[in-house]
Amino acid sequence: MPIGDLAPELTVLLTAVAVLLLAMVLPQRRHGWCALLAAAGLALSMALAWAQADAHRLTFSGTFALDGATTWARFAIPGLTILCVGLAPRWFATDRRHGEFYAMLLFSTLGAMAMAGAADLMQLVMGVLLSSVTGYVLAAYHRDWAISLEAGMKYFLVGALANALLVIGVVFVMGMAGSTDYRDLAGAIPDNPVALAGLTLVLMGLFFKLGAVPAHTWVPDVAEGAPAPAAAFLTVIPKLAAAVALYRLVALTPETQALPLLVALVAAATMTVGNLCALWQDDVRRLVGWSSISQTGYALMAVAVAGAVPDALPALLAFMSVYGIANLLAFAAIVELRGRTAIADYRGLIRKHPGPAIALTLAFLSFVGIPPLAGFLGKFALFVATLEAGLAWLVVVAVANTILSLFYYLRVIGPAVFSRPEGAMATLGGTARATFWALFALLLATTFLWSPVWSALPRALLP
Amino acid sequence: MLTLAILIPLLASLILAFVPIGEVASRWTATGAAALSLVALVIVWAGGGDGFRAVAEVPWIPTLGIAWRVGVDGMSLGLALMSALIFVAATAWPLKLHDARAYYAWMAFLAGVSIGLFVTLDLIVFYVFFDLSLVGMYFLIGRWGHGDAQHAALKFFVYTLAGSLLILIGIIVLALNMPTLTFDMRAMIDSPPLAAAGMVPGLVFLAFVIGFGIKTPVFPVHTWLPPAHVNAPGPASAILAGVLLKMGTYGLIRIPLQMMPDTFARWALPLAIVGVISILWGSIVAFAQDNLKRRIAYTSVNHMGYTVLGIAVAGSALGSETARQLAMTGAVVEMIAHGLITGALFLIAGAVWQRTGDYHLPNFGGLAGPAPRLTGAATLAAFASLGLPGLAGFVAELHIFLGAFGVYPWLAAIGLLGILITAALFLRMLRQMFFGDLPKERAGFTDLDRTETALLAGLLVLVVLIGVWPTWLLSLIDAASLIPAPGAGG
Repeated sequence: MPIGDLAPELTVLLTAVAVLLLAMVLPQRRHGWCALLAAAGLALSMALAWAQADAHRLTFSGTFALDGATTWARFAIPGLTILCVGLAPRWFATDRRHGEFYAMLLFSTLGAMAMAGAADLMQLVMGVLLSSVTGYVLAAYHRDWAISLEAGMKYFLVGALANALLVIGVVFVMGMAGSTDYRDLAGAIPDNPVALAGLTLVLMGLFFKLGAVPAHTWVPDVAEGAPAPAAAFLTVIPKLAAAVALYRLVALTPETQALPLLVALVAAATMTVGNLCALWQDDVRRLVGWSSISQTGYALMAVAVAGAVPDALPALLAFMSVYGIANLLAFAAIVELRGRTAIADYRGLIRKHPGPAIALTLAFLSFVGIPPLAGFLGKFALFVATLEAGLAWLVVVAVANTILSLFYYLRVIGPAVFSRPEGAMATLGGTARATFWALFALLLATTFLWSPVWSALPRALLP
Repeated sequence: MLTLAILIPLLASLILAFVPIGEVASRWTATGAAALSLVALVIVWAGGGDGFRAVAEVPWIPTLGIAWRVGVDGMSLGLALMSALIFVAATAWPLKLHDARAYYAWMAFLAGVSIGLFVTLDLIVFYVFFDLSLVGMYFLIGRWGHGDAQHAALKFFVYTLAGSLLILIGIIVLALNMPTLTFDMRAMIDSPPLAAAGMVPGLVFLAFVIGFGIKTPVFPVHTWLPPAHVNAPGPASAILAGVLLKMGTYGLIRIPLQMMPDTFARWALPLAIVGVISILWGSIVAFAQDNLKRRIAYTSVNHMGYTVLGIAVAGSALGSETARQLAMTGAVVEMIAHGLITGALFLIAGAVWQRTGDYHLPNFGGLAGPAPRLTGAATLAAFASLGLPGLAGFVAELHIFLGAFGVYPWLAAIGLLGILITAALFLRMLRQMFFGDLPKERAGFTDLDRTETALLAGLLVLVVLIGVWPTWLLSLIDAASLIPAPGAGG
């Protein structure tokens, strides 16, 4: 068991412990140093991942896959988490437990990385649970604010149920196939109702992490109630990991027709429910939450054609990367506006704070897929893969949903750009503003980086 | 050279967005950029040549077959020239504005993407410009429109995005059916994919027709047009009608007709019927409008109906080759003529709004007295629009109907009624606006100033020139090369 194979993950773990210890010894007003330490640890983790970027093997007795998808996750997850860390210092400046927030964030990141690399059902369970348990804490971090507590509670209730189902599903699959190792499971899961039910239950656990129907109800509450930097984290990072994990799982059963069909139906339902519920939202954070559900629905299109076309995996990874950047940018704009959330408060925003207004517009148009923003390229890759696999009906549903989604995004953009401003609006500044501009530049740069990134994305998975 | 024609306005738009300059300077920056684009296009035109010329190619995403490809044939060069000209007129048009710098930035942006749409040879770049034109127009209408502008802008954006996404599906299916994945228009025109009969080509064709039909717009998907026009500022209306609508019919020729000719031929008759319905519906509804801009807007539906009829006839693979070529020539000339004429009409409407803040026709009358230049320009444009011989509209409609009578005589006969109604509605409009007694509240009405007169004269001189001596335009368009040879590529 070469310990070095998990160096990026171990780095995150050790950094989390170090941050926790640092938070104990530092006075509260100096807890900002914890953020710096966390960011440094995550950056180190990415650097270590770089050293292993070419690996293509299983490690730790076949429980962890070192392949292209893991490498992607090892860059995307810590990379975007650094940006979440950047949003936090001023937001939590008066919070007594400021420093511990970063420790919790890092443990959650570790769970996500474990989930993405899992090549064994038990390892998957471990990753999902670690990511979930820490997630509940992050969502309820403002514990004297009822809405934050409610968000944490809902997240916990939905999560407890989904995770229980996940574990039961693992038991079913293991009982029928005799193993939890993906190497043994690949193409060998018996085609009987119990095994299928087991797989469906495992999928349910991942649908929860992804915020897909029917385990999606936590997303808008977390988006609204969790501290905005935590909400940004929870609506992006676990999803990146769960998307990879889900893809690995569906790719295990190439000959089963039922699973891709199930995913396709869930994809259609998820995008439709997300968009319909977002239509008349008057709360920008809830709206972004619902929109992130619909984005999950689009991403699932790539999972539904997993294995059928070579470009399905890169389409999924590319779409999720762009989604992550755009969603973080939307939340960063909201954080910069000190979490201001009623649509009415955004009237005339462009005249008072052009930066956040333009950023929100760009993020939303990227969600819609207006070219040449990177969101278009992600959606385009998804459409190509899905059409190539012959699932034209799913693309039509996605197109109908895209049109629907434009309507509610414009409900925010329209007043923000066209109306006259009323009253003053405070901003957060500090590292949050710097992070905001970094995300802004990153979203714009993605358009130009698309060509090299697209050819670098992995086509094949282990095992 | 073509890349320059796109980049200059886009660059100007960036400058206008970030460099704080005054209103007058902004206006001249935007106008200058559009004019430079026009010059670049004229240079390409002067270079001459056949088929696709001034071609340039830079790879973008080679693994997906996407590249920055530009090049023009007669049709796209003609449309790009017309667009650049309309943009020069619309940006130079004097206007009282708030946030003038941002307005001119959007105008320059729109000029760049519109010209880009006509000169690109890559379907994905085409789609990119198609969508960006929606974004630009959305912000122009929403921010500088009047009345219920936000609602109109929203409707415009949602409606036309629906069309553009259908086009995207069609484009992807076409590309996937090429031997190797590519979005090169020339490759698809040379060896049309999806040539076999069946469900898939039919559905792809339907997606394209609905997508471009929304943009054109044809009946029954035209309902976004009147509110967008009525609430937009005058020059933006001129661009919407003069340039953006042409993207629909241009796409209809470029993609379904040239890239899937067999499928097009199978479905030409239904398309022609849709065209004729648009002709009649547009003219009848326009006749009933009391709002000046709404009336002009509906005549756009009517005129684009002629274009669609011409395109359908050209792609029908029926009748004689001459008839189809005549119809194609007519369709392209109609696009250019309608761009110039309706551009002028909407600028005139903008001038009226600037002076009175009113579009209600019965509130006007007798303007011929205080505003002879406005009256002259409006009369000339209206006559051109109703198809008076010697003006551009007549050349276009003559060609379309000559072709249509050779292929679908009954449809052509019904379509002719549209011309009659259009004539009536324009004559009535002229009478209501300019003749009779001058109402008291219009007493201080001022005539067109020097800039306005010069700009309108520029557009209308071309209208007359095309009407009297159309040969130069017809030889530029070269309709014979646009219609794919029957049975090409199976």
